[in-house]
Amino acid sequence: MLSRTADHLFWMARYMERAENVARMLDVNYRMSLLPQSANDIERQWRAALDTMGQLEQYEKGGGAYQPLEVMRFMVLDRQNSSSIYSCLRAARENAHAVRGTLTSELWETTNATWIAMRSFNQVGLEGDGASEFFEWVKFRSHLSRGVTVGTMLRDESLHFIRLGTFLERGDSTARLLDVKFHELSTAGKHDDAAEYYQWSALLRSVSAFEIFRRVYRDVITPTRVVELLTLRRDMPRSLACCMEEVYGLLQQVSNQRSAETERRAGELAASLRFGRIDDIFEEGLHEYLTGFIERIADLGNQISNDFLVPVVTQSESQLQTM
Amino acid sequence: MTVTQFFNEMTDFGGEVRPHYEKFSNWLQTTPPQRLADKREAADALFHRVGITFAVYGEAEGTERLIPFDVIPRIIPAKEWIDMAAGLRQRVKALNAFIHDIYHDQEILKAGRIPSEQVLANAQYRPEMQGVDVPDNIYAAIAGIDVVRAGVGEYYVLEDNLRVPSGVSYMIEDRKMMMRLFPELFAKYRVAPVEHYPDLLLDTLRAISQKGVTNPSVVVLTPGAYNSAYFEHAFLAQQMGVELVEGRDLFVDDGHVYQRTTQGPQKVDVIYRRVDDDFLDPLAFRPDSMLGVPGLLDVYREGGVTLANAIGTGVADDKSIYPYVPDMIDFYLGEKPLLNNVPTYMLRKKEDLAYTLANLAELVVKEVHGAGGYGMLVGPASTKEQIEDFRKRILASPEKYIAQPTLSLSACPTFVESGVAPRHIDLRPFVLSGKEVRFVPGGLTRVALKEGSLVVNSSQGGGTKDTWVLES
Repeated sequence: MLSRTADHLFWMARYMERAENVARMLDVNYRMSLLPQSANDIERQWRAALDTMGQLEQYEKGGGAYQPLEVMRFMVLDRQNSSSIYSCLRAARENAHAVRGTLTSELWETTNATWIAMRSFNQVGLEGDGASEFFEWVKFRSHLSRGVTVGTMLRDESLHFIRLGTFLERGDSTARLLDVKFHELSTAGKHDDAAEYYQWSALLRSVSAFEIFRRVYRDVITPTRVVELLTLRRDMPRSLACCMEEVYGLLQQVSNQRSAETERRAGELAASLRFGRIDDIFEEGLHEYLTGFIERIADLGNQISNDFLVPVVTQSESQLQTM
Repeated sequence: MTVTQFFNEMTDFGGEVRPHYEKFSNWLQTTPPQRLADKREAADALFHRVGITFAVYGEAEGTERLIPFDVIPRIIPAKEWIDMAAGLRQRVKALNAFIHDIYHDQEILKAGRIPSEQVLANAQYRPEMQGVDVPDNIYAAIAGIDVVRAGVGEYYVLEDNLRVPSGVSYMIEDRKMMMRLFPELFAKYRVAPVEHYPDLLLDTLRAISQKGVTNPSVVVLTPGAYNSAYFEHAFLAQQMGVELVEGRDLFVDDGHVYQRTTQGPQKVDVIYRRVDDDFLDPLAFRPDSMLGVPGLLDVYREGGVTLANAIGTGVADDKSIYPYVPDMIDFYLGEKPLLNNVPTYMLRKKEDLAYTLANLAELVVKEVHGAGGYGMLVGPASTKEQIEDFRKRILASPEKYIAQPTLSLSACPTFVESGVAPRHIDLRPFVLSGKEVRFVPGGLTRVALKEGSLVVNSSQGGGTKDTWVLES
């Protein structure tokens, strides 16, 4: 398969997944901001959310207030913001368009239809209960595109590179979400038990893990258990362990003459999660651990680009063209 | 422009239905107009869903339009096609021979049949190609020859397209659509199939690989997803089962061209390129080109890869060369041309200039290097001021212009707002040259949907029709 084709497939999936994760991040923040708390707390949360998504600096330049509606407008609709849901869905569609001959017609039509619907969405839609409905819609369009991918694509390299994009992006996103929320919730400190319960359960819900938590632990929600679930549990579909196991398995399937080192690094990371202990992670410090993980994900992304796709030097350029 | 008298494909000048349209005409009369309207809507919906669109430059992001599809076919009787096919084969052979000659010994110039400066000073002449041998001396492996019918029914070649002719995907999709919408018509007529064109194309491309290459690997080179013909590039690559590549997917190494794949570099033997000469190699042609492959020209000149079409074919499809095609046929093949050229006055010649200036109101005057209808005067449709203005321009530099009589193009019944009415059409057959010259019967029929209009270009509101060549 052409490297550029694989590159488009990989990024198509990454952008779709990113749109979903931005929606999840905004959704949990929005829900949390509805809980009784000070204006300071609310501002702190939205700053933190922007920081996680790497958009704090750009937002500050624009001089926007740290209010739910304004931040959401920026992260959903802003065309200049390359991480907004609008931009992600556009980039997913543009990548799909470039390789539409490689996609099944169902997958192309799904991706195209999502983009067409996104274009007609406007700020009014975010007001009232519109925001939650919209985030739900984004999540379900992403579910749909993943389902159509698995249900219709030939199980060859093209599918493997799409899945690689999905899981690499998801692992990165879970780590970022956990990092910012854990920091926020454990330093806030002064909440009563009820408030804390709602905060943690909102976080779990944002990664579709509330019911899973109940089934797995059958016990009260504690920060340590939440972290364990989202990092080390291999059966939790958005955990770091699960994502890395998928990435490692997919890399073995697409393996070429250059990729041995990439496979080794992915395997090492997957094994460290598989055999890791939550106590060790906390001993190292969760923030330090997650920062290290995010760096390793970025490194794997570069390795994959250099081994299989469009090399990193020219990649920013090729992705720019799709914006 | 008002055209009062023209050849109607369906009815003769006395209003009688021509024999080969009889069954269709009966069908049309018994088919309720509403059914035709419904079918046309169904066709539009299908074309949209499948994404058979062309991109429109300069409009909002992701703008893609349909080329209007007309449900009434253009029918060509077997005998007419056999004659036209012979003429096309002859013409393309002569054109290929001409290009080979120009880039080698230039016999035709030495013999004084074509003035040297017409060729060598032409912007489309590529000195880089001088002395370069290409496999089987095939330069224009894919040619689109635009043919019109005029007067009382005779065919004329309007122009030769020897660079990157497009439209063949619409020919195929139009046929698929007709068979889907009106299967009953195909039971009434024996229509020659066209859907195997991609097979013929692949076969042709593989046939012109360099000597010594076994199992040649073919790719389609596209300028990218934003090109107006991207749908066709993707379509042909997919139908042939070959990779659709962009310039950045290819690189040159040690005398060969390679594509970058997930399993490492893979050699490429034949490039069906849909990128103009100017953009093919930034080291040789336009240095700002992002669409090409640096170093491609050198590899090509050394015989490391085949390009279809070859570099420099534009020297043979220029308006200033067109009048000499009959001379080429005589010079290289020793035959009389089977297809008519439109009589052309070359205004650098004194007597042609005098005649043209005296008859501007009846003639079409074209700029030699103009394209797309720019720099053109259509005498019968112009005001006195426009004509006088053009007269001055011609007098300033007559060598830049040619003149032709205004042809009244034939018309074919077409389903329009007001019902079924005649609209002017042309025809672009696609001629493939490999070990032999081959084509699928017919080609792409384009139709000017505006009443009286002679402009069939899709960018100017033209549409397409399925083209039926009948098997006798």
